[in-house]
Amino acid sequence: MLRFAPVLTVILMVGPVLAGLSGTLLPAFGYLPALGGGEWSLAAWRELAAQPGLVISLRLSAVTGLLATLISFVVVMLFCAAWQGTRVFSAIQRVLSPILSIPHAAAAFGLAFLIAPAGWIVRLFAPLAGWDQPPDIVTLQDGGGLALVAGLVIKEIPFLFLMTLGALQQANAGQSQQVALSLGYGRVAGWLKTVLPRIYPQIRLPLFAVLAYSASVVDVAMILGPTTPAPLAVRILHWLSDPDLSMRFMASAASLLQLALVGGQIMLWMAGEKIAGSCGRRWAEGGGRYRRDGVVRLTVAVVSILAAGLILAGIAALAVWSIAGFWRYPDLLPGQFTLKLWLREVAAFAGSLGNSVLIGGAAIMIGIVLVIACLEREGRQLAQPGRGAMWLIYLPLLMPQISFMFGLQVFFGYLGLERTFISVVMAHLVFVLPYMFLSLADPFRSLDERYRHTSLCLGAHPNRVFWQVILPLLTRPVLTALAVGFAVSIGQYLPTLLIGAGRFATITTDAVALAAGNDRRMIGIYGLLQALLPFAGFGLAMLVPAICFRKRRGMRDGL
Amino acid sequence: MAKTFTRLMVATLLGAGVSLASLVARADPAPDMNNWDAVVKQANGQTVYWYAWGGEPRINDYIAWAGGQVQERYGVTVKQVKLADTANAVSKVVSEKAAGKTDGGAVDMIWINGENFAAMKRNDLLFGPWVEQTPNFKYVDVTGKPTTVNDFTVPTDGLEAPWGMAQLSFFYDTARVKTPPQSAKELLAWLQNHPGRFTYPQPPDYMGSSFLKQVLSELVADPAVLQKPADQADAQKVLAPLWTYLAKLQPVLWREGKAYPANGAALRAMMADNEIDIGFSFSAAEVSAAIANFELPDTVRSFVFKGGTLGNTNFVAIPFNASAKAGAVVLADFLMSPQAQLRKQNPEIWGSFTVLDMDKIPAADRKAFDALDLGVATLSPAEMGNVLPEPHPSWMELVESEWQKRYGVAQ
Repeated sequence: MLRFAPVLTVILMVGPVLAGLSGTLLPAFGYLPALGGGEWSLAAWRELAAQPGLVISLRLSAVTGLLATLISFVVVMLFCAAWQGTRVFSAIQRVLSPILSIPHAAAAFGLAFLIAPAGWIVRLFAPLAGWDQPPDIVTLQDGGGLALVAGLVIKEIPFLFLMTLGALQQANAGQSQQVALSLGYGRVAGWLKTVLPRIYPQIRLPLFAVLAYSASVVDVAMILGPTTPAPLAVRILHWLSDPDLSMRFMASAASLLQLALVGGQIMLWMAGEKIAGSCGRRWAEGGGRYRRDGVVRLTVAVVSILAAGLILAGIAALAVWSIAGFWRYPDLLPGQFTLKLWLREVAAFAGSLGNSVLIGGAAIMIGIVLVIACLEREGRQLAQPGRGAMWLIYLPLLMPQISFMFGLQVFFGYLGLERTFISVVMAHLVFVLPYMFLSLADPFRSLDERYRHTSLCLGAHPNRVFWQVILPLLTRPVLTALAVGFAVSIGQYLPTLLIGAGRFATITTDAVALAAGNDRRMIGIYGLLQALLPFAGFGLAMLVPAICFRKRRGMRDGL
Repeated sequence: MAKTFTRLMVATLLGAGVSLASLVARADPAPDMNNWDAVVKQANGQTVYWYAWGGEPRINDYIAWAGGQVQERYGVTVKQVKLADTANAVSKVVSEKAAGKTDGGAVDMIWINGENFAAMKRNDLLFGPWVEQTPNFKYVDVTGKPTTVNDFTVPTDGLEAPWGMAQLSFFYDTARVKTPPQSAKELLAWLQNHPGRFTYPQPPDYMGSSFLKQVLSELVADPAVLQKPADQADAQKVLAPLWTYLAKLQPVLWREGKAYPANGAALRAMMADNEIDIGFSFSAAEVSAAIANFELPDTVRSFVFKGGTLGNTNFVAIPFNASAKAGAVVLADFLMSPQAQLRKQNPEIWGSFTVLDMDKIPAADRKAFDALDLGVATLSPAEMGNVLPEPHPSWMELVESEWQKRYGVAQ
């Protein structure tokens, strides 16, 4: 049975992506019989090229994606370089999971509440500056997409940071840093010269995932991004839902263009790697010590804390709005507070809350079985998957959702599985599996092999070794992987809506539908709920081992 | 290949202990509309998935109430699928047609607008005709409110049921504006004196397009032209006054027209934040409700233009492949009943004006309608003034694409 686990996992992850992609490929070249498209043609591409502002949309997606990735990367690397092994570093590690668990849309709404022209930040200064009307400046949805970049950066920094942490553990980074320090290098320069080259290969794929996500994100871009015109992915969504049904062909072509854009960006990044690599080598060999790096260390600490602070302040803004009575500009707080809307909504969101938990729960249960089975097989075979396998795991994360979701919907229709609980869970699984795998792979692989060998030598069956030794030792990372998967599932909007045909209302689909009503109190309530669910998941993941292992000191702080 | 794939997937899911497989929808024979009792009987036990815009909690609550009522009366379960954009429901039906699913579709009923209706009717995506055979249709005011059978000039042909009247109305903060403008021209003049204090949602948002249509309807030399498809007229000439007007309006808009609010509801938030002084909506009672909901200061009031404002009707339609057609018909019929319409017009519930003819409904119901208190900031049906007819959908499409070229890429 274990033999089939890797194949099955890959099929479940990659199969839907490819099936969906073919459903996009055909209409892009004119084939969609239901809408009268039975002949191959390039008409869709010509129509796409004639869309006003297409180049601007493309440029926006490309620039915001690259910029967000580059900034997040630089901040995370510099932060690790400057602070690894210090108390600040471990403090930040602690707040990481909760921040990471907040869905993108909730974080984006929070940020919008802060930086809007009538947002909290302006309100702070309004009395001093004498702004009795909100200043007529573009802070949100600015034409250059800077607000969008900011929104992406504050969410991608924690993700990249987590990925880097895993890599650091494997690379024995602490020792390298000690050596560099004793040779008289400054903290930052020493780290960049000795540690970065060794960990970079491991965070490369996560970086590409960030790049692909940032360039093709829909929900964050709708909240923070410009609209005249919007980034490409947002426009594709509009075209896909245009009542003029012939737009479908063009939207499919645009989805392929989006895919090409992401591909092009990854290649561009790879070219950048080459250049940076050769420059970096010369720099490292130059022997400069750069001992005075106090300014850099301070700046990067401030930037990181600011990023985390913006998310937390945004969540606070959501909370205040959710209980606000009438809130006049430029008051810092609402004139009155009320629980009226919460009380009214409890009945409405109970069902959606249940659906979110059910779908997420089913997805992570299947996910954890598959992921553990793959890793256990790997452990028994003593063979690690090659780089090709890692690309497969990342495939769903590198593919713009919008490029294959519509096609996948049609595909499930052919199978007669559309709008079933099964198909929704399957669609979630596509995104849940890679994240769970990434979360569990490092702890699983770094588990001391001698536990297994000793148990086997004592005559235990491999299955018994797994159930009685390996799994208990990995309780904490397994629970964390479950929490990560759950958080990913909670945040899914397009798969839930399209594959479930709207039959499965979740907190996230409700949140997006209600956001269309633009009542900030409702956005506050649903944004908060969206953030709370994954948060509860991580809470459980921490609480359970604490209780189970309260009498086992060696297990208490993890492995 | 596909079969092996399916088997693999199913095996995994079962293996993982998931027993929650939902039932595959059964085919539903089209109800016999000439036999109402049979329709009601067929509807019993069905579940209707109603795809409706879900942005307004008040409306969601009303839909939940209506669902409870038809459950009690006819044993029909109603589930609202809350959408951010109604067009998603149309997409759904299209993708099902693409997959050859002519039966057992996901969507049983759609709250639909004129543009989507025209598109679905043109592509044979609707079930019917069925509306005129429903018992409560006899109360609908088809002569006094001609838009109940002509949606954006397109004859409904019994393919969609009217369930509410909508008319464009503006609102302003009496604490900030003394005398609101009375026409599109006056609005421009006022805005030139108060630059940045007005805007409209970005077309093709429904409200944004509606504002453009309002301006067009006011400025067009011969309004009759707009009632026919755009290709039957010299479109460039007809639209010229609109573009001249916008050329003057854009520079004095909020953010000089470089950014736009996403939708009509966003205008309320901007009003509350003192970002704009004048906003507009399609529901006259929205302002009163928003005040009660703490969304607007209690000094905000509604007004309409002297020459009249655009008016239309809200409809529900049933897709050709709906799984619960009889249930949807029964639900739609209930929505047209005096009881449901009365509750809908109540501003504390929703505040959407009725499609019914007060002279046709039973006397007791008429009395109840007369007794409704419409709220501080709501205009009565009489105060709403002239109703301008909606232009043919082809004009809207033309205006939207031309707007996109001129102003959609403002950078």
